[in-house]
Amino acid sequence: MTTDQDDPGVQHQVEVILLKQVASYLAIPIFVVDPQGNLVYFNERAEGLLGRRYDETGEMPMSEWSTIFVPTHEDGTPIPADELPLAIALTQHEPAHATMWIRGLDNVQHHIAVTALPLVGQHDRELGAIAVFWEHPAR
Amino acid sequence: MNVRLWGTRGSLPTPGPATRRYGGNTSCVEVTGSRSKHAIVLDAGSGIRLLGAALAPTLERVDVLLTHLHLDHIIGLGFFAALFERDLDVNIWGPASTTLALRDRLGRYLSPPLFPVRLRDLPCRLSLHDVPLGTFDLPEMQVTTALVCHPGPTVGYRLDDGQGTLAYLPDHEPALGVRRFPEACRWTSGHDLAAAADLLIHDAQYARDEYQSHVGWGHSSVHQAVAFAELAGVRHLVPFHHDPAHNDEYLDALYQQYAEDACELQITPAQEGARFEVRGTRSRSTSTPS
Repeated sequence: MTTDQDDPGVQHQVEVILLKQVASYLAIPIFVVDPQGNLVYFNERAEGLLGRRYDETGEMPMSEWSTIFVPTHEDGTPIPADELPLAIALTQHEPAHATMWIRGLDNVQHHIAVTALPLVGQHDRELGAIAVFWEHPAR
Repeated sequence: MNVRLWGTRGSLPTPGPATRRYGGNTSCVEVTGSRSKHAIVLDAGSGIRLLGAALAPTLERVDVLLTHLHLDHIIGLGFFAALFERDLDVNIWGPASTTLALRDRLGRYLSPPLFPVRLRDLPCRLSLHDVPLGTFDLPEMQVTTALVCHPGPTVGYRLDDGQGTLAYLPDHEPALGVRRFPEACRWTSGHDLAAAADLLIHDAQYARDEYQSHVGWGHSSVHQAVAFAELAGVRHLVPFHHDPAHNDEYLDALYQQYAEDACELQITPAQEGARFEVRGTRSRSTSTPS
């Protein structure tokens, strides 16, 4: 894991900075990844799903976040990393949606819907992808 | 490089005796190197008219770098004498939108009914460029651009002539939405443009207590400009884009507070006509207008 303090020299693109500001005010869980798939931000509501505060985890490479939360299909089979909505948005540059289970770092299971979109900035720059989560009521 | 301020006012030209010292013309800054054949002009506010009248006769090329197309930053363009010089190469650089090129965007202002002369009818050798994001070279100067936090497509500029670095962010609200400003460098708009600059010309439109009623308008308070400059490790800050409601007396009092605070950052509030010499580890004000 890396934190802002570890790599302070490279500033995020302004669209990503503004997206973080918006996400920090919204009451729906949001995940933001950069073009390499590194998790660069998740908001306070997402912290509740992931079981860890953003300030504690910092930024996280795709290889880590795609498995650490143990995403599984409804039937309990694991979802391969490249089939996750965020990975599809990032690599295939198209929206993706799925319903799945994840396990937070606090070992709490969550039944969630995930919608991911590619982030395209001014000059058609590829800035990464965003995922919005929706937690289904416990059943 | 040599820097001269021709327009320091934000939002609206504000002429008159009450703004005589800090100036009433809107954003325009001249940057020159050692050669007398080339000039860079940062923004085309109303200050550009006087700059145009003072251009060296030996000039062969002018590059006008627009940060954005709000009216106070382009209102002087049609009155810039260089555009009417047949033998002069004039390059205008500025941000495109997501759907329109710079030429189309500027043409909305420089055409009837808002202006009698169309871009295509200007006699100079005019080229318009959608400013690239990243780094490009002009004569004697490396230019770096990046989008910054301000409504609509807006860029900031970093100019480096190999001996000194100038950062220019006249309209910038890096504190927008930030709960405790400043945040980490990585999450601060404009940081990399301003990092370790010898001279930073930065938006400082509001007094500290005015910002709360202007959140989202795209500007900073003096306090935020100072915090931003300190975060970026800038050596010399020139607070710029003064609010039209702030007269000389008000600005004197506002900046007196900062003069009394001992800090490593040198702060020189922008005054129309002020000149700065930017050389490596130092930048100094070489004169101020009478």
